[in-house]
Amino acid sequence: MTYAEAARLAVQASMKENARVVVLGEDVGRGGIFQQYKGLQQEFGASRVIDTPISESTILGAGVGMALAGLKPVVEMRVVDFALCAMDEIVNQAAKARYMFGGQGRVPLVARLPIGLWSGSAAQHSQSLEAWFAHMPGLVVVAPSTPQDNYSLLRAAIDCGDPVIYMEHKELWGLQGEVSSQETVLGKARIVREGKDVTLVTWSKTVHAALEAKTGKSVEIIDLRTLWPWDREAVLASARKTGRLLVVHESVQAAGFGAEIAATVAEELGIPVKRLGAPRIPVGYSTPLEDEARVRAEHISRALGAF
Amino acid sequence: MSDRALALYRTMARIRAFENAAEEASQGSVAAFGASLAQANIRGPLHLSTGQEAVAAGVCINLAKDDYVTSTHRGHGHTLAKGASMDAMMTELFGRANGPNGGKGGSMHLADFSVGMLGANGVVAAGMPIAVGAAHAIKIRRENRIVACFFGDGAINRGPFLEALNWAAIHALPILFVCEDNRWSATTPTDAMTAGEGALARATAIGVPGKQVDGNDVFAVDAAAQKLIAEVKAKGPRFLHAVTYRFKGHVSVDAAAYRDGAEVSRALENDPLLLAARKLSEADARKVLQEADQEVKRALKAAAAAPWPDARSAYTDVQDTGGGQWR
Repeated sequence: MTYAEAARLAVQASMKENARVVVLGEDVGRGGIFQQYKGLQQEFGASRVIDTPISESTILGAGVGMALAGLKPVVEMRVVDFALCAMDEIVNQAAKARYMFGGQGRVPLVARLPIGLWSGSAAQHSQSLEAWFAHMPGLVVVAPSTPQDNYSLLRAAIDCGDPVIYMEHKELWGLQGEVSSQETVLGKARIVREGKDVTLVTWSKTVHAALEAKTGKSVEIIDLRTLWPWDREAVLASARKTGRLLVVHESVQAAGFGAEIAATVAEELGIPVKRLGAPRIPVGYSTPLEDEARVRAEHISRALGAF
Repeated sequence: MSDRALALYRTMARIRAFENAAEEASQGSVAAFGASLAQANIRGPLHLSTGQEAVAAGVCINLAKDDYVTSTHRGHGHTLAKGASMDAMMTELFGRANGPNGGKGGSMHLADFSVGMLGANGVVAAGMPIAVGAAHAIKIRRENRIVACFFGDGAINRGPFLEALNWAAIHALPILFVCEDNRWSATTPTDAMTAGEGALARATAIGVPGKQVDGNDVFAVDAAAQKLIAEVKAKGPRFLHAVTYRFKGHVSVDAAAYRDGAEVSRALENDPLLLAARKLSEADARKVLQEADQEVKRALKAAAAAPWPDARSAYTDVQDTGGGQWR
């Protein structure tokens, strides 16, 4: 099934199991614009799959209020770029309520903020802002790269009881893959391919580009899957073994989350670390401009060659 | 003279006593204004609701314990009126470990979930979407409860005001929006910053009908709130625009010298406590004031004697997955 269908299955299963799980967001009743909610309003009713106005602050803010009042909302924000209209609600409210109130309330909320360069959609629909949320105490940050992960990680996110920033990639909606009902744990990376010369850490769509990258080296590819908390043990163990680290992400390289991983590994192990991300430019509309912002297999090959 | 009038007066007197004591305990407490933090028991910016007591008292007397309330940065009155204890609140303001927030919130994030008070908020209008979410949860679960959402006159110019009212109206949510209009957005008169016909007109235009009331007349606030809450339970969201006045500055260190002296004098003449006391005997009023005074003295004592939080609690209640880590 596809990445989108896997998520749909996860939400459906969670809603069946737990009456407190509700969905809210724009166009969810019709199935969501990527069909991630197909059939769910018919199955669970409009009071549990809630269509909202274009009111991002209140979509997220009401999610916080629902959570404080005992529900488990899955909040659909459509794209991370639009979710920026709800930054106060994510950062000052959802992330902090439990702490500020001394644990009197919890915010078991999953906010879906799809990331990723989305061809032809230009600057305001193509950002990957995972670094912002990884930086924010109170938040869990997840970035699934496969249909299986978009089932298992989404279920784990809904169950975990913390506010989760769940970041699907917009160019992965149609990706096909095997999906079983297997459970998974947040905070654990997956070694996608074993190797011994270089550790390549990445997440989301660039996992697939990494797998395609032609290189004369034996590269150990790690898919982080969860960005906060990230699996330091797995990354350090691998980097200790290979002695070289390349962190790859589609988001802007400068001050991207790769910097955190690279710095941690450099601090702990003192080995050569490199990062590969997008240049510090908004994503332009025209193909030759958009291409400048892409992180492709050939860029990864070149970066690996530099070691 | 009724029990209800006495109860309303008592709530206001307790809020007044609390605010006066908090103000004193916070003197010299804001670092930017060059004072030593070491002197003050209550540190940081403190937003007092002195003069606005009738709004909190008149609304909250109509709420049940399991009704929810959301509040603003100026939330001590709402918290007390909703049923939190003065000891607990003062302890939290003093930053001690056994306040309801464990010292992690202080004045601006004061909350008492045991009485349905879902938190003061440091961001203007931020409580509105949260209140709407709580009301939406009530509706989903078909409970017989409501939410009273307090916000100020400044909030009506922020986006979430529009969004929250619209959302509550389309879903017919059980929420009373209470605009506590104290005429001032920090140091700027709100009227100069507000186009159109004001809060109630905007609410009506967005589909949330309501009433405007003299927010210094606690009996009028009570009557209006009672009527509107009955409508909230029967039909959907309602709006109470209570016009009052902020006796003190925006924040504890603000002497509000920018305000016209005559305006302030007039407001002091319309002190909600003075107005309400006219319906009571002098003896009853005096007794209530004395008891409030004694209660707050006990609260100050309890707060001053309370333990400080263990530094390790700085790392708790962040998040379960991925919490407690430096990096």
